Amino acid sequence: MLSPDDWSAIRLTLKLAGLTTALLLLIGTPIAWWLARTDSILKRPIGAIVTLPMVLPPTVLGFYLLVAMGPQGPVGRLTQALGIGLLPFTFAGLVIASILYSLPFAVQPIQQAFEAMGERPLEVAATLRASPLDAFFTVALPLARPGLITAAVMSFAHTIGEFGVVLMIGGNIPDKTRVVSVQIYDHVEALEFTQGHWLSGGLLVFSFCVLLVLYHFNPVTSRKAAS
Amino acid sequence: MSIAARFSLAYPAFTLDVNLQLPAQGITALFGPSGSGKTTLLRCIAGLEKVGNGHLIVNGECWQSGNFFLPVHRRALGYVFQEASLFPHLTVQGNLDYGAVRSRRHKTTKAPPADQRNIVELLGIGHLLQRKPERLSGGERQRVAIARALLAAPKLLLMDEPLAALDFERKREILPYLERLRDELDIPILYVSHAFDEVSRLANHLVLMSTGQAIASGSLSELTARLDLPLTQYPDAGVVIDATVGAYDPEYHLTRLDFPGGCVYAGLHEMPLGHRARILIHASDVSIALSEAVNSSIVNRLPAQIEAFAATHHPAHLLVRLNIGDAPDNPPPSTSVIARITRRSRDQLRLHQGQRVWVQIKTVALVE
Repeated sequence: MLSPDDWSAIRLTLKLAGLTTALLLLIGTPIAWWLARTDSILKRPIGAIVTLPMVLPPTVLGFYLLVAMGPQGPVGRLTQALGIGLLPFTFAGLVIASILYSLPFAVQPIQQAFEAMGERPLEVAATLRASPLDAFFTVALPLARPGLITAAVMSFAHTIGEFGVVLMIGGNIPDKTRVVSVQIYDHVEALEFTQGHWLSGGLLVFSFCVLLVLYHFNPVTSRKAAS
Repeated sequence: MSIAARFSLAYPAFTLDVNLQLPAQGITALFGPSGSGKTTLLRCIAGLEKVGNGHLIVNGECWQSGNFFLPVHRRALGYVFQEASLFPHLTVQGNLDYGAVRSRRHKTTKAPPADQRNIVELLGIGHLLQRKPERLSGGERQRVAIARALLAAPKLLLMDEPLAALDFERKREILPYLERLRDELDIPILYVSHAFDEVSRLANHLVLMSTGQAIASGSLSELTARLDLPLTQYPDAGVVIDATVGAYDPEYHLTRLDFPGGCVYAGLHEMPLGHRARILIHASDVSIALSEAVNSSIVNRLPAQIEAFAATHHPAHLLVRLNIGDAPDNPPPSTSVIARITRRSRDQLRLHQGQRVWVQIKTVALVE
């Protein structure tokens, strides 16, 4: 069935996806809040940049990240100057790449949830003595819960499914950057179809369950706010 | 104790330009057609609409002046929106606590914390506390929203057409609660409405809004008796009079309602003597006779003096304002009514200003 290498890849994949999801919720929520409420002329350009990874081939994203984080790139020079060293072919580099790659899948559902709730609940909160920050945590976030759940599930699933970016940034280092999708690729290269079946079938079942969970929590995107 | 509000703003399709002194007690209605700026004015007072160079003093406390703008959450106000806008993720109790807890914590109000039991009972929502808003009827939601606003211990309650989204039955359900608020709580209320029946029933003071301006401000009986305001152009226009119950005739079941300058009889349920009763006399129910029509079935015949005439939208009709009483040039305080008559009647009876006549009032409607 599954070899120790396979299990190692699964563990690494779950760790990567979990960490990426947690960080994406922290980063994506403020971005979504800003995009949902700003009238700034930067709204469209920033929105487009956030959505870019959705349409870009993963190899293109991975290529630029590799260049940027490489020894001659701006990020690479910075990390070296800070004593962190170079990020490509490390787990940390993989996390950063995954965050960028899945950013639109986290930001968009949250942004839509914030937009759907409109201004009114926040106005109500203000007339009930809640400061803007207070209203954000006690009204906006709870009302955006369906969007947050969608964002978390989509980020997690999308990160598990990534392949191109991982290969460009992380390569194929056992226990460090070899995730399940890469492991499947290796099995097929080595004509180990049985192993490939087990992992692929596992991912298939997993993806199906993810969507099932998503539909359970969000019957038709989001509940209508009772007004 | 008063509210001074001065706001002006100009959007491409809308301007607001008001300078008002309002009494800080009872219900002040901001009344006018949609688009007249009454909701915008209310939002400016709440601070939900941020207008430059506005000026707002509430009971001696400055909420806005020059560059100073007190954020909404620091204003000791309550706001009831047209839609109840309850927080769907909280129970009724959670909604009520939201403002109550924060107003206590922030000490924005020096007023003593609102008595939850009293307010819950006043609005009749005690049996709903554990429910989620989605399981409430429209009328129940609005009552919870009113209670939620009151529990934030406001020193000024702002209500933006709180009944407009409700059907007739739900309106009838809520109106008595609003009357109780007015009579039992010592909180001034600014009440936006475009429905004259609500205003005539609830308001003590009236501000008439039209195209972003306050065209008149005064007591309800004073403004409803003015011929120069659009109020008289409504089909069911009439004068609101605050009367007191003076006597009750048990044989004929008639109540005598006294007001300055005269009295009328009406077939009402028995009320205690001295009880305040607000009555509405529709212009279409008032007719004019040159002498007292003693051979008429109409009970209410009162001597009066013609004060003024005004045209109506219909060329056949005229409005006549009459001052009730038989003293020469009835000294104030006196009461006026408006009669809608045909132009032909005026010419045939040769009615003119200052003439002494008799008014006959067919129906007296009790509005509360």
